[in-house]
Amino acid sequence: MAEKRVLELALATPGVDEAGNVLRVPLVSADHTAQEPELDSDHMLINIGPQHPATHGVLRLVVELDGEVVMRVIPHIGYLHSGFEKLGEYRHYNQIIPLTDRTDYLSAPANNIGFALAAERLMGIEITPRCTVLRVIACELSRIISHLVWAGTTGIDIGAFTVFLWMFQERERAYNLLEAWTGARMTTSLTRVGGLMADVPDGWTDRLREWARHLPQTLDEVDRMLLRNGIWLGRTQDVGVMTAAEATNWSLTGPMLRASGVPFDVRKDQPYLDYDAYDFEVPVGEHGDVYDRYLVRMEEMRQSVRIILQALDRLPDGPINADDARVILPPKRKAMSDMESMIHHFKQVMEGVPAPAGEVYFPVENPKGELGTYLVSDGTAKPVRWRIRPPAFLNLAALPKMAEGHLLSDLIAINASVDIVMGEIDR
Amino acid sequence: MTGAATPNSSVATLRERFGASIGRSTVVLGATIVVVERSRAHDVFAWLRDDPDQRYDYLVDLTAVEYRDRERPLEVVYQLRSLPRNAVLRVKIELDASGPLEVDSVVDLWQGANWLEREVWDMFGVRFAGHPDLRRILMWETYDEGHPLRKDFPLRGRFSRAEQVRRALGADLAAHYSMDELSIAEAYAALPAAMRAGLAREAGSGKSEAGA
Repeated sequence: MAEKRVLELALATPGVDEAGNVLRVPLVSADHTAQEPELDSDHMLINIGPQHPATHGVLRLVVELDGEVVMRVIPHIGYLHSGFEKLGEYRHYNQIIPLTDRTDYLSAPANNIGFALAAERLMGIEITPRCTVLRVIACELSRIISHLVWAGTTGIDIGAFTVFLWMFQERERAYNLLEAWTGARMTTSLTRVGGLMADVPDGWTDRLREWARHLPQTLDEVDRMLLRNGIWLGRTQDVGVMTAAEATNWSLTGPMLRASGVPFDVRKDQPYLDYDAYDFEVPVGEHGDVYDRYLVRMEEMRQSVRIILQALDRLPDGPINADDARVILPPKRKAMSDMESMIHHFKQVMEGVPAPAGEVYFPVENPKGELGTYLVSDGTAKPVRWRIRPPAFLNLAALPKMAEGHLLSDLIAINASVDIVMGEIDR
Repeated sequence: MTGAATPNSSVATLRERFGASIGRSTVVLGATIVVVERSRAHDVFAWLRDDPDQRYDYLVDLTAVEYRDRERPLEVVYQLRSLPRNAVLRVKIELDASGPLEVDSVVDLWQGANWLEREVWDMFGVRFAGHPDLRRILMWETYDEGHPLRKDFPLRGRFSRAEQVRRALGADLAAHYSMDELSIAEAYAALPAAMRAGLAREAGSGKSEAGA
């Protein structure tokens, strides 16, 4: 046992005693008899999180370090596990939609839409043209919001505080739009099976157009701050590299997969809604490092702006809900005045809407990657299985591979580049 | 959209090559589903990944389904995608819920399966033979109420709230590290003997229960 050392911590603003000596506060009192860990052994085990700002929620990383070099990362997840998939087996299809808000809570509208599309495929429901275009707008709006948060928090993890402020300012504007539409900023519960919970309010499309036209200016300013910034380049280039083959084999998804040079985007390759009718590009990186992930996400925001502007131009008038009495509630006025409608309303709310026996896997391109909704029905009003294919879960699973051999500070940058959201990873 | 109305051509080729190991196949809502016998499943997956005409190089998802109808087998479901061919295939392995729940791991084929298989073990109690690190993932390692997504698992858990609180308060702090991590820190030997014994017992009980 090495000779006992007394650990001392200098005060943040050191005080001075009468003799002029700097005051120190002992962390471990000199007569403490407990054994101290040996700090001179080869490898050190460091615990980061679950309460740590750089872990973006409640991720816990146990890191084996050789000096400052990461030898191994062992992620521990599950601190936010809420049993959504189990809960879903006890709920009607429309009752599951509020649960989807709480999975990837940074892009709730996109999750709502992913689930509604899967349920509609299962029940064989066609949604209206206006609903389709509004859903595209909501998807792209949530993609922009999610990427704004990503760029802001990644900036702050690497030391770029300004980016965080600019990005969050834009995010507030986008949330104001969502709030005007749905009444909520984050837990939007935007969709219903067969339609939407509400149409957009008057004048909303003009506000969105105004915001979408100005967003690229902020993105350009952020690019001016970072794109050729020496510190940013040093912290991000060749850090956390995944080759295209590795990214495929590790089932990386979304911007992580595309930054490695694999041009797969569900919107292009298995189009849903009416994405095949829009003119937009899918940005693809080539180095698969943190820098390329930044480039890909920044360009995706610009492409989302393009899609939103096209969608606003083509937004048709008409109903937002499918004309399908199985799933759509009768208008409130009829339900309160007409006996048949009231019974219909009551039965639909109390008994739910049965889905035919069968199963569907419906992928959508969420901001984090491919969100898959796998629904299995046995013909009742509640699914037998509601499986979320969580994109951030699969991206995070590759973190140990990406971080090994890098410095501890690079681990923070790599972890930030994954764009995790624990609500979805832990579900 | 996802798949075509006709069955995926991979199924016919699979039948030619693996014969009786390939069970029934169906097309449900445009997606082809093929059931594969458990003992040959790993060979089938390896062939699907490597054959130049198949090239299912991307594992989209791996999960399990247990039906409310107890007569139906528990299914392990693989969603495969070929990125170069832009084709999808859903492969299922059926397991008798009363027998041993074990299939071969596909982590050696797709690294992405690592956490997905851990999740299926955690939530359904299906063991994956050959998995490099088959530990619970969403629940903690010493969780001993069983596997939450099984149909016989009550929505509010097996234990009463009082019992859950009692266990949480009595939890061993060292149990928040895996045995692996404790050995890196060379901390395991330094633990009090009673704590070591408790840790070994809890880790053992967590791993031995199959399909509880």
